[in-house]
Amino acid sequence: MNTLVRRSFQAFNTTLKISCRAFSEAGINDKIEKIVKNNKVVVFMKGVPDAPRCGFSNAVVQIMRMHAVPYESHDVLSDENLRQGIKDYSNWPTIPQVFINGEFVGGCDIMLQMHQSGELIEELKKVGIKSALLTAEEAKQGEKKN
Amino acid sequence: MLRFFQHRTIRNMSSASGIVESTIRNKLLTILESKHVQVINESYMHNVPKGAETHFKVVVVSEKFDGLPLIKRHRLVNELLAEELQNGVHALSIVAKTPKQWEESDKLVENSPNCRGGFGK
Repeated sequence: MNTLVRRSFQAFNTTLKISCRAFSEAGINDKIEKIVKNNKVVVFMKGVPDAPRCGFSNAVVQIMRMHAVPYESHDVLSDENLRQGIKDYSNWPTIPQVFINGEFVGGCDIMLQMHQSGELIEELKKVGIKSALLTAEEAKQGEKKN
Repeated sequence: MLRFFQHRTIRNMSSASGIVESTIRNKLLTILESKHVQVINESYMHNVPKGAETHFKVVVVSEKFDGLPLIKRHRLVNELLAEELQNGVHALSIVAKTPKQWEESDKLVENSPNCRGGFGK
């Protein structure tokens, strides 16, 4: 009985959430689409690059810094609409979220692994960004040759 | 005999883990038919009440990840745990490997980065 009540309440709650969200969804979706399509690299994070407010967001900022990637960042903590909107847009439940060339690439775990495997350098290359790590590597190779 | 006893103690300790933690473990074990699952409650690293179940790291080793790119593996786990993620679980760090990758790896799981106080804001 209890379960039944709880279930129906949950269902009601979900419908309520969905209908409330429907009003703002169209607007925020368009807004996000514009953001991610107009910039090669976009990071949705907690806090700002100079003062991240979550360890996972900070890790992504550090990776971007290592590769010297120019990117646009958006603080989801300062905009509740964006915080939920970005999760719905990418169908991804957590923050941070990284977009390259309009495509959702992943969160902190995936960025870390792409960084470690070298895949990130390749992905950046595809959109015309040369990673600083690659530049440093080439400089080293050049020195050896000379 | 002593060994048996030690085993029991360990068992008892693990059964004291939180309800969300064991739900996550069971889902990953049964639905993904995982060979190895680790569910680490990292909530204590964050600004949440003692005993909270808000921040988790999961290690999942399953054949089902074979041939799937990383993002699809993560999506699979996220979808499985959608209910938990909507009801209180706030951070989920995922290590998703195939049994072969797991065997070849050093089997060490890195710590998650330190909290920087964003919770609940």
